[in-house]
Amino acid sequence: MPNHIQLKDSHRETRINNARTITAVLLVMGLLGVILARYYALQVTEYEVYRTESERNRVQLQPLPPKRGLIYDRNGELLADNRPSFMLSIVREQVPDLDATLAELGEMLPISEGDLANFQKKLQRRRPYEAVPLRFRLTGKERALLAVNRYRLPGVVVDAQLLRYYPHGELFSHAIGYVGRINEEEVLYLDESDYRGTFHVGKVGVEKYYEDILHGDVGYQNVETNAHGRVLRVLERFDPKPGTDLVLHLDINVQRAAVDALGDRRGAVVAIDPLTGGVLALVSTPGFDTNLFVNGISSVDYSALRDSLDVPLFNRAIQGQYPPGSTIKPFMSMAGLESGLVTTETTVPDPGWYSLPGDSRKYRDWILRIRGTGHAPRVDMKMAIAESCDVYFYDLARRLTIDRMYDYLKPFGLGERTGIDTTNEGRGVLPSTRWKRDAMGQAWYPGETISAGIGQGYMLTSPMQLAVATSVMASKGVRRTPRLLYSIDGEPIAAPLLDPIVVPEEYWAAVYEGMVEVVHGKRGTAKALAKGIEYQMAGKTGTAQVIGIAQGAVYNEEDVAERHRHHGLFIAFAPAEAPTIAVAIIVENGGGSSAASPIARAVIDTWLFGHSGFGDSG
Amino acid sequence: MADYLRQMPHQGSADLARRPSAVSRFHIDIPLLLLLLALTAYGLIVLYSGSGKDMGAVIRQGRYFLLAYFIMFIVAQLSMGQIMRWAPWLYVAALGTLVAVMLVGVGAKGAQRWLSLGGFRFQPSEIMKLILPVTVAWYLADRTLPPRFLHIMVALILIGLPAALILQQPDLGTALLIAASGLFVLFIAGMGWRYIFGAVVLAVASAWPAWMFVLKDYQKQRILTMLDPESDKLGAGWNIIQSKTAIGSGGWDGKGWMKGTQSHLDFLPESHTDFIIAVMSEEFGLRGVLVLMAIYLLILLRGFLIGVRAQSSFGRMMAGSLTLTFFVYIFVNMGMVAGLLPVVGVPLPLVSAGGTSVVTLMAGFGILMAISTEKSTGPR
Repeated sequence: MPNHIQLKDSHRETRINNARTITAVLLVMGLLGVILARYYALQVTEYEVYRTESERNRVQLQPLPPKRGLIYDRNGELLADNRPSFMLSIVREQVPDLDATLAELGEMLPISEGDLANFQKKLQRRRPYEAVPLRFRLTGKERALLAVNRYRLPGVVVDAQLLRYYPHGELFSHAIGYVGRINEEEVLYLDESDYRGTFHVGKVGVEKYYEDILHGDVGYQNVETNAHGRVLRVLERFDPKPGTDLVLHLDINVQRAAVDALGDRRGAVVAIDPLTGGVLALVSTPGFDTNLFVNGISSVDYSALRDSLDVPLFNRAIQGQYPPGSTIKPFMSMAGLESGLVTTETTVPDPGWYSLPGDSRKYRDWILRIRGTGHAPRVDMKMAIAESCDVYFYDLARRLTIDRMYDYLKPFGLGERTGIDTTNEGRGVLPSTRWKRDAMGQAWYPGETISAGIGQGYMLTSPMQLAVATSVMASKGVRRTPRLLYSIDGEPIAAPLLDPIVVPEEYWAAVYEGMVEVVHGKRGTAKALAKGIEYQMAGKTGTAQVIGIAQGAVYNEEDVAERHRHHGLFIAFAPAEAPTIAVAIIVENGGGSSAASPIARAVIDTWLFGHSGFGDSG
Repeated sequence: MADYLRQMPHQGSADLARRPSAVSRFHIDIPLLLLLLALTAYGLIVLYSGSGKDMGAVIRQGRYFLLAYFIMFIVAQLSMGQIMRWAPWLYVAALGTLVAVMLVGVGAKGAQRWLSLGGFRFQPSEIMKLILPVTVAWYLADRTLPPRFLHIMVALILIGLPAALILQQPDLGTALLIAASGLFVLFIAGMGWRYIFGAVVLAVASAWPAWMFVLKDYQKQRILTMLDPESDKLGAGWNIIQSKTAIGSGGWDGKGWMKGTQSHLDFLPESHTDFIIAVMSEEFGLRGVLVLMAIYLLILLRGFLIGVRAQSSFGRMMAGSLTLTFFVYIFVNMGMVAGLLPVVGVPLPLVSAGGTSVVTLMAGFGILMAISTEKSTGPR
């Protein structure tokens, strides 16, 4: 341009440009070197770190919870089933704002404080990308709501899961127990890996006792998931080993007969097959719907059960402790025969009362109040059992002394846990001088031996113990640990055998004679049961005095009156010539044994014939 | 004076020293073309995987490339004289469209970058990427080099106007790229080192006020995220964590084509656009990255060589600036995906899916070819 003073020097400009271009080349090479170094660092130096990270992204280890073993009764009737149930879980990694999501879910469906607390606890222990359950047992409506709002709730998953279901609810509540959500204490002792993906564990009863067998072994699968947590394919799979199905000795018909016969009374029935030691019925009323516990019982339902005067959660059959009353007499008779203190010929004078030599105190026979006199001028063993003569056993007890009584009664399993395959078994008390010294720090008084002779005083037994003792009686001394479990995988599991009671055959016959007379004799205390009976039943009635009121609670007048009535007891086995069932029954505050004995007839009839018409006509 | 220096191109037939060839007649730089074709092919292969085996995306990108190569050929036919004559007018027009964008532009993701003309949408800032260096080079070509202070100031105004307009959109990445393309012209022109160092010192000194007053929150967040991606693992940091994981897990050998788990399982965001280098790194490993960098390096060296061989200082400045700008794309993209630089929307040149940047870049290579062939066809 004309007004430019300086002439452009093209060579100089070329030199300048080229020098700068060369500078640029060096700069570019240097910076590319930086980039290269960075990629080298990521891809070579830190390769392992990122490879692991990308695998963690891609591959998720998912636990495959095993299917819990089913429980059947001896007829193949399903007692504990698994049913699909839907649960709501959250994958924390995929939720942008957990609090907001929880709040939103809370508006859609009920989520209790307990659910939230459980969820928060599990959240702390989860693995990355593991779905943590928040709500169980979603209703169809709740599932629909969640499905509609799914797009707004990333990380919220609805899964189907198999959940325990008890088709017979209340009927077997105390016989098989139930499962419930794993709680904090259980987390501590359960094998963490074995229970990954499992949310329930046996809490009581057979469900707890056989937890190991029922649970099975957890499986795993490695799945490839995308960034949204969707499972794209299964890379590797180790199938879970399902829990083993259990078949129990329980017979639903016998169980139902017992429950029906008890009706709305409080009580317990235990029936045992003396040939196998198998428990045919285990009833405690009132029961409760075990299904309530499977997913965490609501606090309202729970307080109702817990605070009920009838204590439905209490398993009377094995936890209950009752004085055996006169049901002890057959066993006392056996003790008398074994000790040689009495024979079948021995008779005892019965004025209707008994007193210790040199003691003016009168121990009354129950019949005195009714007839004003004794059972007969002289009473032998058969009559003493059949008519439940107290004086005969007062005398026998005195002669035996408490410690020898203890020695002879103990083999029948009284006053100790039977070892049945369920939980929470009570121990009972078979008193002795030593027991009293240890337990109470006191010496034994001779008068206490007298009341012990008719199953009163310190003596306490559970219906299960009474049933076991009756079963030992029925099997003529063969002792077995009672078993609910009949077979695993079709393999019968024999009840453990204990040392038998070996006595001459005629001793058994003598006691049987008396017990048969109880039912079939003209003056038997349970002769009402003989009506229309087609087999020989051996039994023994009992009445237990109610001393105090459980738990010292305050009841109203009406309740006190009812709850002060005597407990009715009855033990029996049949058919007497070849027993296949032994039962023990207690009806709390039934007033007397007549409340309990008809139940035995119903249970035994049902076991022997599949049904019972007894008592239908009134 | 410019006319005096400029060597008007002759027709190929007039060149006595060389055998006339179709190639020289069509102003094609064969090495550059071959390198670009190699890059295109490599890019499309990676894109097929990065887009989730979407053949449609590959075909669409292929069409963009056809268009871009066509535009490159057209631009390559221009003479330096034509380019210089049009430069100021194009600059004014482009500036006008940027103003128009500000007034009637179409927004996307909170930024107004697009201008819609009869159903055809385009991004004026993209055109500016080419026009600005041309304009600055045109301005400086008439001055004595190295440029004096006054000329540097004028050039800075030429650079500042479009950069400021684009920053308003807001599009920090593009504004910086455009400013850089103009500054590179000044650099090749021989702007004194004292100015350059002065500018660097000024830039460092202004970092704090820029942080306080200029940068928007989301821009600050990007920088913070780059420095510590773990601080927001599921939010802003996610992209960078996942892209680093993709790159690192590729190792030396790579996981194999279409076997990248990070991209195919959706862990990697934007796997077919800005983050495509992560797909390549994951599937082809460091080996694949080295191949890409080798191609890029050869293209850059070819670009610089064209600059060194250029007849005019205009050509030298243009070639240097275009090549350096191309490099900035590479550096910023590869740096941000690897967590070296904050995440700004800069594609990996000629590999990332997208039409506009491909067309702009190829038009730039058209200018490079025009510069290159100007020499080979003109007498010395």
